[in-house]
Amino acid sequence: MLSAAAFYILSAIAVISALMVVIAKNPVRAVLFLILAFFSAAGLFVLLGAEFLAMILVIVYVGAVAVLFLFVVMMLDIDFAQLKEGFISHAPLGGLVAIALAGILATTGLGWVSADSATSALQSPTPEDMTNVAALGALIYDRYVLFFQLAGLVLLVAMIGAIVLTLRHRDGVKRQDMHAQVNRKREDSVEIVDIKSGEGIG
Amino acid sequence: MFNFLSDWWGSLPFGVQWSVSTFSQILAFMVVLLLSLAFLLLMDRKVWAAVQMRKGPNTVGAFGLLQSFADFIKFVLKEIVVPAGADRPLFILAPLMTLVFAFITWAVIPVAPGWVISDLNVGILYIFAISSLGVYGIIIGGWASNSKYPFLGALRSAAQMVSYEVSIGFVLVTVLLMVGSMNLTDIVEAQGGGFWNWHVLSFDMFPWPAFVITIPMFVIFFISALAETNRPPFDLPEAESELVAGYQVEYSSTPYLLFMIGEYLNIVLMCALMTVLFMGGWHAPFDFAPFTWVPPVFWFAIKVVLFFFMFAMVKALVPRYRYDQLMRLGWKIFLPTSLAAVAVMGAIVVYSNAG
Repeated sequence: MLSAAAFYILSAIAVISALMVVIAKNPVRAVLFLILAFFSAAGLFVLLGAEFLAMILVIVYVGAVAVLFLFVVMMLDIDFAQLKEGFISHAPLGGLVAIALAGILATTGLGWVSADSATSALQSPTPEDMTNVAALGALIYDRYVLFFQLAGLVLLVAMIGAIVLTLRHRDGVKRQDMHAQVNRKREDSVEIVDIKSGEGIG
Repeated sequence: MFNFLSDWWGSLPFGVQWSVSTFSQILAFMVVLLLSLAFLLLMDRKVWAAVQMRKGPNTVGAFGLLQSFADFIKFVLKEIVVPAGADRPLFILAPLMTLVFAFITWAVIPVAPGWVISDLNVGILYIFAISSLGVYGIIIGGWASNSKYPFLGALRSAAQMVSYEVSIGFVLVTVLLMVGSMNLTDIVEAQGGGFWNWHVLSFDMFPWPAFVITIPMFVIFFISALAETNRPPFDLPEAESELVAGYQVEYSSTPYLLFMIGEYLNIVLMCALMTVLFMGGWHAPFDFAPFTWVPPVFWFAIKVVLFFFMFAMVKALVPRYRYDQLMRLGWKIFLPTSLAAVAVMGAIVVYSNAG
């Protein structure tokens, strides 16, 4: 009873906040609703017994990715009037794309038959004799280790690509060199001059 | 009389029993936490004062013991000012989020054998997840204030907390590799038998010198905890010489109080985490007579207070970091060190089990 109530509450929040992401006028609020949708999805994972996935979803998406989203969106200077401009003129094309997408989703959804083995596997995210984490670890690092490593390599390439694209060396930027600072001697920078009175430094 | 009560309790449906007992546990724990927080806050100020050769708060109650309560009443009775142009709902939501996230993390902290509200299997991950949510209160508060200084403070804190979470995560991984479980109760139980078995020393892994890794990991965790909770010397999000008070500039009265309580709860949580992960949790330093007479919860509290004292001393002693130095420390020193430590600890665990 309790878990059923939790399921309905969490899914209602997930659906409504996903809707609000699209219709919210303020982009920062849209991102916040997106975060709420992630969070309720994590709650649904917990209800399914996939606690590890739920925590990873919160840590990776809510705790890191969405923070950066929010970071970027908050710094945008958005003119709402300009944003709404041309809404009517673009509406027919947008509507067409939306109908096409909905049609594709509907045909896939209606024609989808899940295999018997998949149904039984779905019902047991936690095998009897091990915890959720151990079961996932055994799958990822044992049976599918090659795919895992390949996915990691793809991400590494993407990361290096992003760094290379944005990296530029500027001339004339002064950087702190702690080693040079610490090792500076008194003789390097202080010169003792004997000045006779009335003559100044000539 | 009591018979009648227990009969009546037994006749209730399980859902009601569970809800009532859990809610009363949560309520009791929250009250204890808030009361101890009031005195820890006073301790923070007293330590700070003592280092600067001042007396600190000393007029309200004996030795100023009631100072925190006086502050509380003062905050609550003041008017809540919401600046014009602020995003009202988010402005109020931000401190609430900070407070709620600070409280719900405590649900998995075991303070004594069996004294834990929710004994999650993925306790460490839960703490890591919720503490990474704590940044939202600060970001939203800074943005919703619709003002420059809070916004800059919010941006600083977002970058800072995301950076130091990485090294905290790797430190957590080294500990859970040693134990082989993410359950915090399991982690504490693995450290029983005397202080030399606590993870910070971990002599029980003899002949493998695990302490070579765990002592630096403990130091990294301590410093990252300072950065993660925006404590000095990493209090750049609220650096008063640059940003007035950072994300808290526009906050007053109760919302400010909520931010303050949330922040201090997070600090005490980090102290509790260091106790649980490295210092043996509720275990006594020696496993024989005079030490085992003291109830476990006192050992836990003593260790937490000790770490809080260290936090207070750091606040009093260390000057504030520059922002680029902060980022350098997080990404160029802590991240590689903790990453290497995870690899070495993994090797130690694999080979010590094999041999």
